[in-house]
Amino acid sequence: MLLFAPYILLAFCGAAAFCGALNIVVVSMVEVLGKEEHGGMKAEKREVRGARWLAAVPEDEYVLKGNSACAGCTAMIALRYALKASRATGRKTLLLVGACCMVVCEGVYPNTAYNVPTLDTAFACTASMASGVEAALKSFGRRDVNVIAFAGDGGTVDIGIQALSGAVERGHNFLYVCYDNEAYCNTGMQRSGATPLCARTTTTPSGKREKKKDVPRIIAAHDIPYVATVCPSYPMDLYEKFKKALSIEGPKYIHVLTPCPVSWRFPTSKGIEMGKLAVRTGMWTLYEVEHGVFRLSAPSRRVVLNGDVLPVEKYLRAQGRFNGITDEEVERIQKIVYQELERLKEATARRRLW
Amino acid sequence: MVWSVSAKEAASESDAVRAGTRRVIEIRLHSRGGQGGVTAAKMLAVAAFLEGKYSTASSFYGAERRGAPTVSFTRISDHEIRKYSQIRRPDCVIVMDPTVIDAVDVTEGLKPGGKLLINTENNIDADKFEDYEVYTVNATKISLDFDLKVAGAPVLNVPIVGAVAKMGIVRLDAVRGAILKMFPNEKNVAAAEVAYKMAAML
Amino acid sequence: MQEEVVFVTGNEAVARAVKLAKPNVIAAYPITPQTEIVEVLARYVESGELRSEYIHVESEHSAMAACIGAASMGARVFTATAAHGFLYMCEMIFWASIARLPIVMANVNRALAPGWNIWAELKDAMAHRDAGWIQFYTASIQEAYDTTLMAFRVAEDRRVMLPTMVNLEGFVLSHVMQPLRLVDEAAYDEFLPPVRIPHALNFERPHTLGTLISPEHNFLVQYDNNKCMRAADDVIAETEREFEKITGRRYRAVMKYRCEDAETLVIAMGTLAREAEVACDSLRDKGEKIGVLRLRQLRPFPKAFAEEVKRLPAERFIIIDRAYSSGYGGILAEEVKARLYDLGIIKEVKSIIAGLGGQDVPHEALEKLFMDKQGGETWYGV
Ligand SMILES: Cc1ncc(C[n+]2csc(CCOP(=O)(O)OP(=O)(O)O)c2C)c(N)n1
Ligand code: SF4
Ligand SMILES: [Mg+2]
Repeated sequence: MLLFAPYILLAFCGAAAFCGALNIVVVSMVEVLGKEEHGGMKAEKREVRGARWLAAVPEDEYVLKGNSACAGCTAMIALRYALKASRATGRKTLLLVGACCMVVCEGVYPNTAYNVPTLDTAFACTASMASGVEAALKSFGRRDVNVIAFAGDGGTVDIGIQALSGAVERGHNFLYVCYDNEAYCNTGMQRSGATPLCARTTTTPSGKREKKKDVPRIIAAHDIPYVATVCPSYPMDLYEKFKKALSIEGPKYIHVLTPCPVSWRFPTSKGIEMGKLAVRTGMWTLYEVEHGVFRLSAPSRRVVLNGDVLPVEKYLRAQGRFNGITDEEVERIQKIVYQELERLKEATARRRLW
Repeated sequence: MVWSVSAKEAASESDAVRAGTRRVIEIRLHSRGGQGGVTAAKMLAVAAFLEGKYSTASSFYGAERRGAPTVSFTRISDHEIRKYSQIRRPDCVIVMDPTVIDAVDVTEGLKPGGKLLINTENNIDADKFEDYEVYTVNATKISLDFDLKVAGAPVLNVPIVGAVAKMGIVRLDAVRGAILKMFPNEKNVAAAEVAYKMAAML
Repeated sequence: MQEEVVFVTGNEAVARAVKLAKPNVIAAYPITPQTEIVEVLARYVESGELRSEYIHVESEHSAMAACIGAASMGARVFTATAAHGFLYMCEMIFWASIARLPIVMANVNRALAPGWNIWAELKDAMAHRDAGWIQFYTASIQEAYDTTLMAFRVAEDRRVMLPTMVNLEGFVLSHVMQPLRLVDEAAYDEFLPPVRIPHALNFERPHTLGTLISPEHNFLVQYDNNKCMRAADDVIAETEREFEKITGRRYRAVMKYRCEDAETLVIAMGTLAREAEVACDSLRDKGEKIGVLRLRQLRPFPKAFAEEVKRLPAERFIIIDRAYSSGYGGILAEEVKARLYDLGIIKEVKSIIAGLGGQDVPHEALEKLFMDKQGGETWYGV
């Protein structure tokens, strides 16, 4: 028993409660709920809808008090709502966590902050270990479990892309979630393939020279049943997509943009705002690809289709990681965003991402 | 630096140990993540080094993220330091953030008669620390007075190291030198000097 | 000439050494506790202080593979890693040595998951003991710097042509700051000749690296590999003497501390050997005749070890291991025992297993362990 001890991270806090960091997040969630953009819906109507939605979300908490996330961490919101969505399907959850911030946030043995059976994986292999977990469940004849793999952008778009591509191609029945804070945050903010153009990281001190790698598109090209992009600043959209993904048989992929106050260098209270700015400026687009059919999600529809888009400068200048960015560089990014929006517009017309 | 020490040489060094000249002064600093505890530990080590001593600085790296209590260490000696284990019985403890006192036992392992420096605005309960030689300084105020800030928060390491000079662990001129090496700005030196003046033994 | 002294971490010291060596190509990937090496080098390259091609690879397997690609073209290359990164490179690690490429790598020793642990342990390097790399184990920041400087010369020596790794323990060396005496750039340029890899690909006489190979030739390749590894022992000694000439700092494969009249000889590597020296001083004060013999090099296993052990009067050996081979024994202990057998020395051997997973091992505890007269294997703290 003792020998296996490090493997069995027991959930010590049975009762659900929030940690300090999450409390901050919860407050801002309530704040944003009413304001979530859904086309031209009236403010009151939105509030009613928000409240009704919140009432339908399971109250159980699977991310417990005492987790060691930084104050204002938005990745934690994504995990928290993913686990609630899984609960709402009526099935059990088996979570896999890659080497990333979300594993450090579990805390130190013998404690763990995640109240579902959790398998922490090596950095490159989250999707492969998930394949094994899913195969074992299949061999046991169990159909009552959602297998959810959670990994960072580094663990997904860089070192883990081979394992991910293999697992989704093989058609395993699992949901892979990439939470994207656009850097290797756990090791102190080095560049990843998902770091945007011009962002300063510790390995690109004068700004990254390459564009962000578009992994949701790459995974969509595998023709799997469900691919979606989300952001915790739009919690209803996020929650509903998780629920939908988990209702579908086969491999599913959700890519979450999770603004990180530490690495992006903005005040801890601004995580939600930063995500909204990302969507409103077109730096991040919310969509889903269900059985090959591409659909923009409401918050991004007005940005892409109605041209209701904020200048990227608003987003860039709000973050320390873009300190020192030149006007030409802003211009370049703006141009790339416009091109991207154009491409998405066409995709919407075709109802196909590819 | 001589790496291979013959038995004879070493024997005489060992006599020196008995005579106390080979003693290592061990200092532990308590702060919160992001307050510059590591930098303070380094500044102290550099100051000692400028006095012609050998020194090392380090920090305990755990899984804590921002804002959690952290500890840093400085060792000072007349000879090369070969100890790499953690400091368990410090000669001196420095508390950069007084709120840490409620969270951890800052005097744990501190030798009786050892030195304790606390950054505080208020009077502290002397009875609680009667076994030690206690110094206080209002480093936060000094830092604010001199407008020493990083990301909006007062920088505590400069005044703290100034106060340590008052405790006789390093000399003030060495502290000046260390600050000028690390943050070449007279304002920092002035803040350290004020801290040196203000630091007082209970 | 005045020597420049800086106050830096072990990681920065290594990066500064690499800067002096001016590699053509650096390919590295971050991992705690090595990350600072990667970051400092990236900064040097971006600021133009170091004119290397820096490849921001997407994994360690690719880091080593990129190093192999570059070295196959005749380039001087460097990488750094730790623990899981090192293991993830494994295939390419063996490849590099069989291909006889003088790649220099810093490895910041760290324990292995599951149960993520970022602290010092030597298992990551020991697991690659038989990979055909020269292995140095350092015990101060100065030594990590100096050894990195020497590593380039040893690896690229025509008689050697083998990849070389410099180990420094995670946190206790990588993150501790100590005074560091810098080597003068001009003196080092003279010390390290330009790189020339004789079997590098070229366009004058096209050849193929890595075609199919028959059992006979494969056998010979391995025979050759070993021959050069053995030769490396002398080249290292020669390099250390040359290095002493320019810096005054003396390094040997076997570093002795108060060994001459010692009845008990402690054998260890890395910082635990230095901590053992402190324990040794204290025991000497109490009249115990004890000394510490530190191995700086595990592969090639130094000839000097046999010479010293034959000469020294010790009656009892205590070996400290920071890595363990499950079901067998402390890895250094077993290596030492095999050597003693070769020398016909049958004496008491005690094996101490300590410091795994970053366990803190203070000198007071070592003192007690050394005095415990029981032989065999002891796990500290269990
Ligand atoms: C093979 C291997 N290489 C490197 C590491 C070190 N490492 C752990 S987490 C991490 C970065 C994780 O980045 P990401 O996946 O984006 O997650 P984040 O920490 O940003 O949430 C790295 C480089 C490792 N654990 N294993
Ligand atoms: S570094 Fe960023 S992503 Fe990681 S825990 Fe902290 S806030 Fe969250
Ligand atoms: Mg990341």
